[in-house]
Amino acid sequence: MSLLETIHLKKYFGDTHAVDDVNLAIEEGEFVSLVGPNGAGKTSFCNVVSAYYTADSGSIIFKGTDVTHASVTERVKAGIARSFQLVNLFDDLTAFDNVALAIFSREGKTRNMAALARRDSAVTGEADTVLGQFGLASKRNELGRSLAQGERKLLDVALAYALRPKLLFLDEPTSGVSTRDKGQIMDTIAAVVRGEGITAVVVEHDMDVVFTYSDRIVVMHQGAILAKGTPDEIRTNDQVAMTLIGSAGPDAFARKE
Amino acid sequence: MTATTTTTTAADAGMASFLRLLVVAMAILFGLALLPAVVDPYQTVLITYGLIMAIAALGFNLLLGYTGLLSFGHSAYFGTGAYTVAFIVRDLGAQSMELCIIGGLAGTVLVSALFGFVCVRHTRIFFGILTLALSQVLWSLAFKFFWVTGGTDGIRVAYAKLTLLGGLVDFAGPGSFQRFIFAYYYYVLGLFTLATVIMWVIVHSPFGMALQAIRDNETRASFVGISVRRYRWIAFVISGAFTGLAGILWVPLNGLTTPDVLYWPFSGEIVFMSVLGGFRTFVGPIVGAVAFNYLKTAAVASTEYWQLLLGVVLVTLVLVLPSGIVGTAARLVSRFTR
Repeated sequence: MSLLETIHLKKYFGDTHAVDDVNLAIEEGEFVSLVGPNGAGKTSFCNVVSAYYTADSGSIIFKGTDVTHASVTERVKAGIARSFQLVNLFDDLTAFDNVALAIFSREGKTRNMAALARRDSAVTGEADTVLGQFGLASKRNELGRSLAQGERKLLDVALAYALRPKLLFLDEPTSGVSTRDKGQIMDTIAAVVRGEGITAVVVEHDMDVVFTYSDRIVVMHQGAILAKGTPDEIRTNDQVAMTLIGSAGPDAFARKE
Repeated sequence: MTATTTTTTAADAGMASFLRLLVVAMAILFGLALLPAVVDPYQTVLITYGLIMAIAALGFNLLLGYTGLLSFGHSAYFGTGAYTVAFIVRDLGAQSMELCIIGGLAGTVLVSALFGFVCVRHTRIFFGILTLALSQVLWSLAFKFFWVTGGTDGIRVAYAKLTLLGGLVDFAGPGSFQRFIFAYYYYVLGLFTLATVIMWVIVHSPFGMALQAIRDNETRASFVGISVRRYRWIAFVISGAFTGLAGILWVPLNGLTTPDVLYWPFSGEIVFMSVLGGFRTFVGPIVGAVAFNYLKTAAVASTEYWQLLLGVVLVTLVLVLPSGIVGTAARLVSRFTR
């Protein structure tokens, strides 16, 4: 049984077919990249599966259960987490509190109003560990808003990761970050995600990054799936090369670089 | 290794700052406890009013400062507390202040749960307008149903009929007013301290952290698994209960409750206290409430056009101290200690 399965999933905005009849299965433990030109429906797909949007039709099966009509919080509790393309943090909380909150929430402790958050050593210890895993230990007491863009990107992912999800959507984790920092951020994320055996679906534009880190690549175009396969299969797929970079041939991706 | 060291030092620093806070709080409490011995009864009454309003502002600020919801209708909960006490004393003949508090709190929790349920479906200006509209409904009820509420005459609640601490302290016989002022000050101070400690724990609890997360980023809060609307509702009810407690304590001191405490300008005063003190800090609303109480008293005493004077003073203060009294003071202190 696949971890996630979408069946005839559709999301239209007027005449725009953002997600158009997508049938996709994601297996447990995979690192899948979702690629495609701007407006291909990659982010929309993540949004529908994570309940940011509601699906127009079709169904979403997660761990064998239909979650098509489940709310955001229900899907989070089931084990679906996500980061955001435009960084989405708690800007007036410290980096530490950002992560600690996610852990409190996961543990069902946010209803507790009779104990001091800082004195819960199980949670504070774990929050510090997570910050350490993402290389943010030295920033623990800085407010979300005062972090650099690359750190904000990492913290955004750390927040989602701290929920210990089964399935993690990462929407352009390296967008708006310098090329130099990209590799480092992806290394950090891949190490953590693979280390924990989390299934990850990453929306990414940089084909270098995609080919380096993915087990499997799904190419989307105009809301539908154009191709799926291993990095090698995608690299030699002329139709994909034409769609993504406008030229084909055995080494189209290499020439582009 | 690094992570462990960070945690330990952070915990130590946290403990140190907690102890420092405790020392300062105890010093202030000690000062407040000595106050009636050194100032005249009139000043004692003034500070009692200030402390009562501080409880109201503390409750209000759980919504504004910590949850990011600006209520323009907190008079509703203050007024509900006040009127419930008046009804309990007048219609049930109760004498125990503790009974009044329990009844009054039950009344405010009921009303704020009902109003909150409607209001937390919205945010920003829509939330503000809804809270305002609902408070005006209560005001018009108090205003129009005069055979129940006494209309603009209000309902009298004589302190002499009341007892404190389950009947241990009563106010019968000569010289009772002085005794009432004195005893009631300590009664209010005790409840104010309790309310402050409870609120401090709430905002520093995981629940309080969740509220601040909702304030900062509602969308992301739901994506870490927090049911935003439910948390807002709970915060609303707690906020209402605190403001209601203030209304309850205010009645015996004022001796009378009128529809004025349900009317929207009174909600405005509560908003103002929080902004004046600094709604981004925990103690801001407390300082703001006490300061506002003095400002208003001074303005009323000095001119017939006191609203005009008060308005000018307040506008000036907000322009000069945009982060409030406490916010500005904190910035000055950190500048000098650096």
